Amino acid sequence: MFQNNVLRLLLPAFLALAVFVSTPVSADEVNVYSARKEKLIKPLLDRFTEETGIVVNLVTGKGDALLTRLQSEGKNSPADLLITTDAGRLYRAQQAGVLQPISSQTLETVVPESLREPTGLWFGLSKRARVIVYAKDRVKAEELSSYAALVDEKWKGRICIRSSSNIYNQSLVASMIVNQGLEATEAWSKGIVKNMARPPQGGDRDQIKAVAAGQCDIAVVNSYYLGAMITGKDEKQQEAAAQVGLFWPDQEGRGTHVNVSGAGVIQSAPNKAAAIQLLEFLVAEESQQWYAEVNNEYPVREGVESSELLKSWGEFKGDDIDMAKLGEFNAEAVKVMDRAGWK
Amino acid sequence: MNRSVTLWRAGLLFVALAIVLPVLVVMSSLAQPFGDVWQHLADTVLKDYVSNSLLLMLGVGFGTFMIGVSGAWLTSMCEFPGRRFFDWALLLPMAMPAYIIAYTYTGMLDFSGPVQTMLRDWFGWGYGDYWFPEIRSVGGAVCMLSLVLYPYVYLITRAAFLEQSTAVLEVSRSLGNGPWRTLCFVALPLARPAIVAGMSLALMETLADYGTVQYFGVNTFTTGIFRTWFGLGELQTAAQLSSLLLLFVFVLIVLERWSRLKMRYHHTSSRQKYLARVRLRGVRGAIAFAICFAAIAFGFILPCLQLSVWAIETWEYAFDGDFLKLVLHSFSLAVMASLCCLVVAVFLAYGKRINNGGFENISVRVSGMGYAIPGTVIAVGVIIPFAWFDNQLDAWMRSQFDISTGLLLSGTVVALVFAYVVRFLSVSLQTVESGLLKIKPTLDEAARSLGHTPAQVLTRVHFPMLRISMMTALILVFVDVLKELPATLILRPFNYNTLAVRAYELAADERLAESAFPALAIVLIGLVPVILLVKAMNLQYRE
Repeated sequence: MFQNNVLRLLLPAFLALAVFVSTPVSADEVNVYSARKEKLIKPLLDRFTEETGIVVNLVTGKGDALLTRLQSEGKNSPADLLITTDAGRLYRAQQAGVLQPISSQTLETVVPESLREPTGLWFGLSKRARVIVYAKDRVKAEELSSYAALVDEKWKGRICIRSSSNIYNQSLVASMIVNQGLEATEAWSKGIVKNMARPPQGGDRDQIKAVAAGQCDIAVVNSYYLGAMITGKDEKQQEAAAQVGLFWPDQEGRGTHVNVSGAGVIQSAPNKAAAIQLLEFLVAEESQQWYAEVNNEYPVREGVESSELLKSWGEFKGDDIDMAKLGEFNAEAVKVMDRAGWK
Repeated sequence: MNRSVTLWRAGLLFVALAIVLPVLVVMSSLAQPFGDVWQHLADTVLKDYVSNSLLLMLGVGFGTFMIGVSGAWLTSMCEFPGRRFFDWALLLPMAMPAYIIAYTYTGMLDFSGPVQTMLRDWFGWGYGDYWFPEIRSVGGAVCMLSLVLYPYVYLITRAAFLEQSTAVLEVSRSLGNGPWRTLCFVALPLARPAIVAGMSLALMETLADYGTVQYFGVNTFTTGIFRTWFGLGELQTAAQLSSLLLLFVFVLIVLERWSRLKMRYHHTSSRQKYLARVRLRGVRGAIAFAICFAAIAFGFILPCLQLSVWAIETWEYAFDGDFLKLVLHSFSLAVMASLCCLVVAVFLAYGKRINNGGFENISVRVSGMGYAIPGTVIAVGVIIPFAWFDNQLDAWMRSQFDISTGLLLSGTVVALVFAYVVRFLSVSLQTVESGLLKIKPTLDEAARSLGHTPAQVLTRVHFPMLRISMMTALILVFVDVLKELPATLILRPFNYNTLAVRAYELAADERLAESAFPALAIVLIGLVPVILLVKAMNLQYRE
């Protein structure tokens, strides 16, 4: 009796819920799967809705998980656009065949060739640079030069860097494999492990804090984390950030390692036109400025007025390696670091 | 055999099969060839993964047993200052997600945190001049997980102690056993199913934990699964690793069951009166107080203080228009999932009770396995069959009626709640089962012989006796779903965020302070049902 009643009540409720929740496809919508966190994309999407009247539906998550969801949903997937925070995931999506090529005059002129897929499967939206930070009181900028030089004997026990599970370390090592080959990269990884001040732990901010606190003298981090510490409200983080300097590695060589956050239109996109419109919006001047202001990332668009902080860090030369290569050699990079004992 | 029993049996198999499906999807990877990646893993990191996971299990097993059982014994059998407060307060850490407590302690204790900075300022030390325990280590992870997982052991064991027949304990006392001997030789062995239930929950949670160990840089089997998937891009191998983890858990559970042999744990006499509590005075009272207080202080008060400090700093930023929606989403998901889990758990546990065949036993056991699988992997196991079903249905509807149904269930709350049931069924199942175990089978027989159907026996005889167990099951799942992150992250519908998702996104972006506000909200919402539960338990055992 009891159970029957409950069932009688629950079943229609669930069905109603299911119908209610499954979003109907209409002309003024675009559905986004995003590996960029909500706080770092939603304001832009809201602005897009304001300007165009197109409603943006958003699910955020980890890149690979979203990709798996896309793959199993197949041709009925509601998704129109996949946004990721690194080129490796874009490459994986490309390999999985879930993206479709887009031709757009705007995108092709604005996004530099090395930062997009040649056939238009995906486009870079913002650049993220992996830099060296150093303790100003213990290290002189002149002592630093390239990533390769970090394995020098003089840095023994002085380097902080996070786990090899971190995607930006994987991309950095992948770029080295492309440039210097497998053997040299493995030797380099071993050298880094030998020079580590402590086993890898925590995030990039933690590495910066450790430099400030004296646990290590230099660290390899993404520049926007330092930016976030400087512009954030936490006074202790501001103090820590003030004690370190930022160094652009490899300026004499191939340039500082750069990764992109980017996006591609889904093969089965029900709202393809809106998706392209959104992509174009994301590389428009104002949006590109927003990346710099809000998350201290570098615009992919040339000639965009950058934030005060980014100006203070100066111009730099970025490695113009083909972004797809980062994805292609990602697994190899992980294996190299495994063999080197990089936790 | 009676017709309704047969029906029940068929239903049981069907439900168990549905619940097991995602697990089977994961396990099916074992049938695939083991790729070259395995050689690489075996050569490099596998040994680390396995040994760290084992260490973690041993440590958390020991930690949760010590805190949980001693807390349960002290609050159920003794009287000491503050006992009434600790009765319920010892459950508080349950509301604290493991990854959140890890963040807060790291914030406090790591090299650049306030504690060590203060020490350096006081004594003029620099890096390397002094020794300080490293929070980001296996030991640190053991502490964090033990602090938030012991309430499982405490809760279930305490109920068992309270329900233990007075007669048995009195016999022990009258034979000259002191309280300690009574505990070790009578009460503990009798409470074994409860302790094992609590500990297996804690240990499965430990094995499935990703957030804490990943943040601490401790490479366990589970971080290995994700590294293999995300880093190496080998979902297949990752699924194989998960399957092996699952087999390991399965073997452990089977071994434990087997070691009980023919032992039975239900009471032969019903409880007539309550045993007088042992009064702990002076130093012994102080020690009892200290033990209980330490558990709460470290597992709840300290991290909450830290969270509050952060939350006050950042609340303006964190409390945006969406915040109430987050609360609503988290709350309604938790309610739906805990209800579904309870219904399924009662159905399975009772079905097993009336049909104690080997096949039923195994299917019930297996349907509780989801708890040991990391949420992300469960989610993949859910996505695949749901999307398959939706796409098949869509194709059929198109061909028959020219209507496209699209994805009917994938990407809806239904899929999400189903994933929660798969993941957390074990919690409600263990609780309901250990409640059922304590009811004498002769009661069922008596009721049946008086003409009740199995369903009537359940609703009219068992339900009143299971009230507390069922409520416990509801609340445990409720709190678990509230904290759940990985499956929610993958399966949720568009524009549907929860508190845990918000807290995670901020923390993952290394904005710990900003994540404190949603984290604190999780803790607070989780507290309400926990306190309700304790109130209900106290009513039942009113002295």
